[in-house]
Amino acid sequence: MENVVELRGVVAVLGGFPALAGVDLTVARGEVVLLQGPNGAGKTSVLRVCAGLLPVERGGGTVLGMDVTSQREAIRSRVGLLGHTNGLYLDLTVTQNIRFWASTVGATTEEVAAAMARMGLDGRLASVRADRLSAGQRRRCALASMLVRRAELWLLDEPHAGLDAAGRDEIDAVLRDAVSAGATVVVSSHELERAGALASRVVTVDGGMIVDGGTR
Amino acid sequence: MNRRSVAVAVARKDLAVEAGSRVIVNQVAPFALVVMVMFAFALDNDGILQRVAPGLVWLATLFSMLVVVQRSFAVESADGALDALRVAGVDPAAIFLGKSAALMVQLFALEVVLVCAAFVLYGVEPTAAGWAEAFVTMVAATVGLGFVGTLYGGLAAGARGRETLLPLLLLPVVAPVLIGATRATEAAFGSGGASVSEGWPWIGLLAVFAVIFGAAGSVAFGPLVDE
Repeated sequence: MENVVELRGVVAVLGGFPALAGVDLTVARGEVVLLQGPNGAGKTSVLRVCAGLLPVERGGGTVLGMDVTSQREAIRSRVGLLGHTNGLYLDLTVTQNIRFWASTVGATTEEVAAAMARMGLDGRLASVRADRLSAGQRRRCALASMLVRRAELWLLDEPHAGLDAAGRDEIDAVLRDAVSAGATVVVSSHELERAGALASRVVTVDGGMIVDGGTR
Repeated sequence: MNRRSVAVAVARKDLAVEAGSRVIVNQVAPFALVVMVMFAFALDNDGILQRVAPGLVWLATLFSMLVVVQRSFAVESADGALDALRVAGVDPAAIFLGKSAALMVQLFALEVVLVCAAFVLYGVEPTAAGWAEAFVTMVAATVGLGFVGTLYGGLAAGARGRETLLPLLLLPVVAPVLIGATRATEAAFGSGGASVSEGWPWIGLLAVFAVIFGAAGSVAFGPLVDE
């Protein structure tokens, strides 16, 4: 099966401190990989290298067939990273937000409608301003933005953080739907039971290295 | 997607944000008008007011611009939208041009209100050629202010204490616009006996300023925002 992510001995530095100390990781297309580990282990740094945000000091590899050292801008345009914020314009409605993201990649009105329907944002929610959404609904709106951007690799950093039980259930439902549709997902989470139930593989990160499950 | 299409999308989004929140209409324009009225109270003499009206219009514009620029980037940072744009690999030059264009539209509307206020409050009476020159001055100055406001707004957006940092960084840089636009508007309004022809060299200065900051911003905005 084609590998979407292939990292070999990746070393990365963040703010003068080593963030990753030789990471080897492969993720196949359609796989759902859970990154687990204590705070500061390097989970977010792994996601940021995969997203083309964190420069690689040593080692190398590819994401979606593009080099992680020399093609970072190109990688960014094909992956979706959901971090601790949602990237929404709070004064705009759900539809306006998703249409804006669609317009940055030339997605069609039909693609916008399909993404909103898939994330359960059609109907009444479509015309609600983002600042009036619940935390879970905002997460769904952000994921819909990733859908219309046609992100081929979803990188989710603590997607359950800050959500109540209902919000977590909403995210789980969305991820189950994405997984069944064949999305490739790398998710870091402390919600091991929830995220583990969705994952096809669990990878343990500690001390800036992958200590278990990095390769198939 | 090409740069122009993305820039248009960004500009339309910024204008949609303003249409939804109406901050310019409900807060910035009244603030600018209050500044104009306060100047009228402070300089309660018809002769002085007519003479200094161009400077007062542009000072009120600059003070209002600080609010508009801060608002433009507060919208971006409220839920990490600017970061998300960069993370998504959206062309930074397109973001810069789009945000600049939206800022220009808003500033131009504000300037129209302020010039009308000067007409009513200060009793300025330009000729037809003066009105034309005032219009060209407003366009040239607005383009420069839009570019430099977006560049410095992006620079200050991620900084601690950005509310106070932005005026400190921006006001000295826009001094040439204040001088050029004021001189050109003086010529347009005929303030102090100035003639319309005296304004065109100053409009040239405004155009040069706009070109320099448009080019510099297109190149520097991405690295500045990434930092």
